[in-house]
Amino acid sequence: MTMPETWENTIFDGGADLSASAAGLEASRCLQCLDAPCIQACPTLIDIPRFIKGIATGNLKGAARTIAEANIFGLACGKVCPTEVLCEGACVYNLTESQPIAIGRLQSFASAAALDQQWQFFTGGAPSGYRVALIGAGPASLACAHALRRLGHETVIYEASARGGGLLTDGVAAYKYPSNRALREIDAITAIGIDVRYNVQIGRDLAFEALERGFDAVFLGVGLGADRLLQLPGASLLQVKGALDWLERFKQGSKMSLGEPPARAVVIGGGNTAIDASRHLKAWGVEAVHLVYRRGEESLSAYRHEVAAARQAGVTFHFYVEPVAFEGEGCLTGVQLRGTKGNKDGSWTLAADLVLLAIGQHRIHTELSQIPGIEWAEGCIVVDRQTGQTGNPRYFAGGDCANGGKEVVDAVADGKRAALGIHTYLTQSDRQQTNQRETLHAPC
Amino acid sequence: MHPVDLSCELAGIRAPNPFWLASAPPTNTATQVLRAYEWGWGGAVWKTLGKPVRNVQPRFTAMHTAAERMVGFSNIELITDRPLEDNYREIAAVTARYPDRATIVSLMFETEDEWKEHIERSVAVGAQGLELNFGCPHGMCERGMGSAVGQEPALVETITRWAVRYAGVPVLVKLTPNVTDIIPPALAAQRGGAHGVSLINTIKSVMGVDLDRMVPLPVVGDASTNGGYCGPAVKPIALHMVGALARHPEFRLPISGMGGIGTWRDAAEFLALGARSVQICTAVMHHGYRIIHDLTEGLGHWMEEKNYRTLDDLIGRAVPNFRSWEDLDLNHRVVARIQTDKCIGCQLCYVACLDGSHQCIYLPDAEHPDAPIRLATESRMPWVAENECTGCQLCHLVCPVEGAIKMVPLHTGQPRQSWRELQALAVTESGTSNDSTLEGRQGFWQTQGIG
Repeated sequence: MTMPETWENTIFDGGADLSASAAGLEASRCLQCLDAPCIQACPTLIDIPRFIKGIATGNLKGAARTIAEANIFGLACGKVCPTEVLCEGACVYNLTESQPIAIGRLQSFASAAALDQQWQFFTGGAPSGYRVALIGAGPASLACAHALRRLGHETVIYEASARGGGLLTDGVAAYKYPSNRALREIDAITAIGIDVRYNVQIGRDLAFEALERGFDAVFLGVGLGADRLLQLPGASLLQVKGALDWLERFKQGSKMSLGEPPARAVVIGGGNTAIDASRHLKAWGVEAVHLVYRRGEESLSAYRHEVAAARQAGVTFHFYVEPVAFEGEGCLTGVQLRGTKGNKDGSWTLAADLVLLAIGQHRIHTELSQIPGIEWAEGCIVVDRQTGQTGNPRYFAGGDCANGGKEVVDAVADGKRAALGIHTYLTQSDRQQTNQRETLHAPC
Repeated sequence: MHPVDLSCELAGIRAPNPFWLASAPPTNTATQVLRAYEWGWGGAVWKTLGKPVRNVQPRFTAMHTAAERMVGFSNIELITDRPLEDNYREIAAVTARYPDRATIVSLMFETEDEWKEHIERSVAVGAQGLELNFGCPHGMCERGMGSAVGQEPALVETITRWAVRYAGVPVLVKLTPNVTDIIPPALAAQRGGAHGVSLINTIKSVMGVDLDRMVPLPVVGDASTNGGYCGPAVKPIALHMVGALARHPEFRLPISGMGGIGTWRDAAEFLALGARSVQICTAVMHHGYRIIHDLTEGLGHWMEEKNYRTLDDLIGRAVPNFRSWEDLDLNHRVVARIQTDKCIGCQLCYVACLDGSHQCIYLPDAEHPDAPIRLATESRMPWVAENECTGCQLCHLVCPVEGAIKMVPLHTGQPRQSWRELQALAVTESGTSNDSTLEGRQGFWQTQGIG
């Protein structure tokens, strides 16, 4: 399946890949640490020195395989991982005057080659007779399904939207990773024999009871909910949007539907989504981008390197400020702001043609609360960390809906762990499970 | 000008500095050599003259590392493929314009008459000296010239004698390293009356194989052949051969050293091991004549710092310390020490010692009576069990951080003692079988893992 190029792909390069010679040179710098700290810093425990050695010697296929064995989203993670605080942050070169190895870019280089050359490293295992349903086609479910297929289990993913990848495809700022590359990698992953049914909303189009009849186990990889919004005057103006909602529309949009970049935009929030959105707006061509945060810089939950990059890109930061109202008659003209604790500036208006709210996502999935036995804590599904198993033994969960919203690489790690948990659950001898399911005729 | 005098004299050939271009593509034409002299080169050995040849394409190939290109270089080019008349005319122009430089003509012929004719013609166009090419290991040797001569001491002696008879200018013999021992051909050159030797010529080599076409490199159409290897990678081989001649008690000729010289430091090492001038080719083929500026400047500044006022103060300084293994001090002890303020915890020293050497480096969590107490910040840093350390310095070599592993001399209190001395002692004491000293020494040998 090849996806048509969307407008985002024509304006962002998604972090250009290294050339072969640059990759070889960078790979040759790797010291090949024995007990390599970069591996320990990777949630998916990729054998980083080994794949870098492969790049250095020209064993690119071996390098790509090493990555894929540990992390089936090698390209995506190379592009979107906050490597500064993971593998590259752990590189021993940080203790010297040399730059750490560009592990993320090397990983993307090898994984992109695997996609370009269509290297298939995996085949489905000998059929086990077991069937697993996975809800949501984000990185957690795809990583889980892939590992389950290698073990011989049949897998069906139900995805409410029309395309896979979840936030990786539709929520990551396009300057970091355009959706066409995400979808290409997903195609390669599902080629192992993962059955993905799009536009199926569990609980609406298909009942949980039906799932339980047709499958031996269920993995929940549904992510978090929609953007949180603000109940303020003017919040219903069309130019006031949730940041993820807007990014999704942007990434799926055409040149026609997106129009020209507005002159002035305000992003509200202090997390990585707020920074991503701000940088995205700057990269798109918005002249004035203001980031408004109710606390001080030290309280920003975004990564420091991302904050620095946003400043470098020309984003203006406003601290100890919160919105009071969105102004405009039918069309947004500005955001009325006031100082928060310690800021006695009073209230004033910042002119704006677009406001993006990046103040978090809703966490309650009402459709999942029907499932008996699953425990919830702070809006997230409680799981056993090693197996991903929920309070209901047939249900497993991973990714944002279980970890509260972390990186793609954490979702992949969750999915891998859950796959082993599911495999153990399915194959343990004392289970009387298979006779519980009936043949399911899915409605799509 | 440098406060030190870099002027150079070798077998009566004089040059403003010891940096000469070796006989090779950079000395192929007058326009090149004139340009090199303008840059400041002290001399040039003209690309070898001989009977007409034809070359193949391509004829150069190289070994690269990711960090550096052309660490090794190989060629299958032959001697000059330009008409001899052009060469002689151009040499005359160069020697007339630069009489102060060491312009030396390299020759390779077969019969005595040919040698005579071209030696006389070379001298007539102003050659300050001649270099007899007994070294080329590809193409010409199959025709009984080049290294085919250099590998036969009797031929070396005979042809050298011819050359000296007709020359009237200093004659250098260029030696091939493609021999098991460099001494016999060098002594043969000396017996033949040579005024000096130059070495090393290139080493027989196959740079690699094109794995798609299954043809060695460089691929000439459908096949390849062995080349002559040079460049930075061959420097240790060249230094050994230069040093071996310089320290040989019967060898007395001055040496023009070459093989992998690219920097002033390389040159200083050749001079210290006995060379009176150095010749350079690959580094110029890589970076051009302009490198002469750093060569002269760097050597001059270093000599000034070390109080060497002339090249003669420096030449051969390291030769007395280049000995045979039997003369080394068996009681010299060094141990590796890891500097915790510099160690970055890559543990390369640990794995190298464990798998590649003598298993004396431990990780911090090893159970060992000598294990040091390490801070939490030092939890990745290996440590050396000094009682077990054999002082091999493999760890020091693999360590990527300058100064993080130091090799520290241990003062054992034992006197200097070589294997040769120890053997002599054993012979003189062998008559008294109950000698406790001898038994004690035998025990010492065993603990050293010797014998």
